Amino acid sequence: MSEKVLMKGNEAFAEAAMRGGCAFYFGYPITPQSEIPEYISRELPKRGGKFLQAESELGAVNMAYGAGASGGVVFISSSSPGISLMQEGMSFLCSAEVPAVILNVSRGGPGVGGIQPGQADYYQVTRGGGNGDYHIPVFAPARIQEAVDLLYEAPAIAEKYRNPVMVLADGMLGQMMEPIILPEQKPFITSEEIAVKKPWAISGSAKGHRSVVKSLRMQPEVLEAHVNHLFEGYAKMEQELVRWKSEGLEDAEIVFVAFGTLARLCNETIELLAEKGIKAGIIRPVSLWPFPYKAFDAIGPKTKVVISAELSMGQMITDVKLAVNGKVPVKLINRTGGSVPTSIEVRDKAMAILEALK
Amino acid sequence: MKPVFTVTKGLIPVDTSYCPGCTHGVAHRLIMEVLEERGQLGNTIGVAPIGCSIVAHEFMNVDMCESAHGRAPAVASGIRRVHPNKVVFTYQGDGDLASIGMCEIIHAAARGEKFSTFFINNGIYGMTGGQMAPTTLIGQKATTAQEGRTKEQAGMPIKVCELLAQLDGAVYIERVALDTPAHIRAAKKAVQRAFDVQEKGLGFSLVEFISTCPTNWGLTPPESLKWIKEKVIPYYPLGVYKNPEEV
Repeated sequence: MSEKVLMKGNEAFAEAAMRGGCAFYFGYPITPQSEIPEYISRELPKRGGKFLQAESELGAVNMAYGAGASGGVVFISSSSPGISLMQEGMSFLCSAEVPAVILNVSRGGPGVGGIQPGQADYYQVTRGGGNGDYHIPVFAPARIQEAVDLLYEAPAIAEKYRNPVMVLADGMLGQMMEPIILPEQKPFITSEEIAVKKPWAISGSAKGHRSVVKSLRMQPEVLEAHVNHLFEGYAKMEQELVRWKSEGLEDAEIVFVAFGTLARLCNETIELLAEKGIKAGIIRPVSLWPFPYKAFDAIGPKTKVVISAELSMGQMITDVKLAVNGKVPVKLINRTGGSVPTSIEVRDKAMAILEALK
Repeated sequence: MKPVFTVTKGLIPVDTSYCPGCTHGVAHRLIMEVLEERGQLGNTIGVAPIGCSIVAHEFMNVDMCESAHGRAPAVASGIRRVHPNKVVFTYQGDGDLASIGMCEIIHAAARGEKFSTFFINNGIYGMTGGQMAPTTLIGQKATTAQEGRTKEQAGMPIKVCELLAQLDGAVYIERVALDTPAHIRAAKKAVQRAFDVQEKGLGFSLVEFISTCPTNWGLTPPESLKWIKEKVIPYYPLGVYKNPEEV
């Protein structure tokens, strides 16, 4: 049954993934997401699932691969430097067509960086990070409720496409509290169901045929055919998984593009600009890959500038420029390293950009 | 007429990709014979490593997956969580297990993971063409130690059985060799014990097979067997390093 509760982001994320059917979790502690393995270690065994603290993020992602290849519905989580370590496994999961739900509660970088919120992993999560031709759908929630809904849905998406799915939250969302409505618990898949519903899974060949989950393809033509097969799936994902929210584009002078925490902040900024007589709208990509390029078709003739607002030195702006395609100037408003601007700071920078274009 | 020998159904009847004189085929056969004798061929999940035996699933007639380099014990730990009642094993070489995968094997052993690891120690990187392994002997030549391994430059070889036997979660650890018929018979008994330990849920089990790599050793198959007897076994003594009373 659905229930309304006040929860910390990280605990709500964990609860949502479990309720979405994730029965197996493997994780390694890292700030700002350590509440997730803590919460799941306590709650998942009560529901018949399995928790295992891994020796490293490399261990965690490969445990997830083993459990996913076995037909289990798997959830792993980490934060930026830990996600870097997991990239080897993500490439392998995609190659071997093993589903998994991955949560990145991102922080500032590069290197060990800091522990405050960041969005500087945009390139890493949308462009790969692991080797080879592959994609992982990435969803960026702006509120805890949206993260809950996405993590609840993510296992079904991962299973449908037999590919990992990532939810990219940031440290701000992980650490804050909001009232949320929790969806009802979905049943966990049983061993008997795995043998029937997932004939590809390694579950013991007594099921009637032998299963092999693999990545190696030594002959170039065989590997090429496999990658082409993977990309048929990615083409479907690009059609079916692209998501965004936009507001006030018709008569906007300024159009902000922002995701996650910074999109919330831009909504405040839009109100502050309205007080100054400036109309602004926003495109909020919910799916970062596939990127909602078509959302930009709705930008009207009054728009003088598109501003990519990011907690990085400007990464999403690459996609924003591709989407705008030279029709109007594209500018960046950003902070990085864990710093988050105020809505007034964004307003003042946006007004300065608009003034400079006149 | 009653046949005195049949090839195990655990091996798929194809030519392997292993070199002449390589003992991977012997190790494959022993493991699969034991699984067949235990009636477990339809109830087993194996994990292949990175190395020559990444293609073990083309020869071993059980459900299998490949794993990234060194990660087979983590992969098997995940498999074990989903399938608590299956027979689970990893098959790993010395580069995979004792170099890049040392972290994963130590922690799987420490957790007392209820799967068995079959560890092929041939003292060299085979698939990539003869580079120094963590198990390469002092004085042994490799493409990255062309005058022979020295302690000063590369340190000492790692003795995996001795190392893992220190961990309380590891309950059965034995080193065997594949150089003589007597040793091969003893190796089969070790495989049986590893699966006994797993079946009884006692903890982690590992059998190390002292193996050959004639191609990268630059020796003929008979010379390779002689090398095992004269050089390898003296450094890596055969025997049981840990054994639970119950088995």
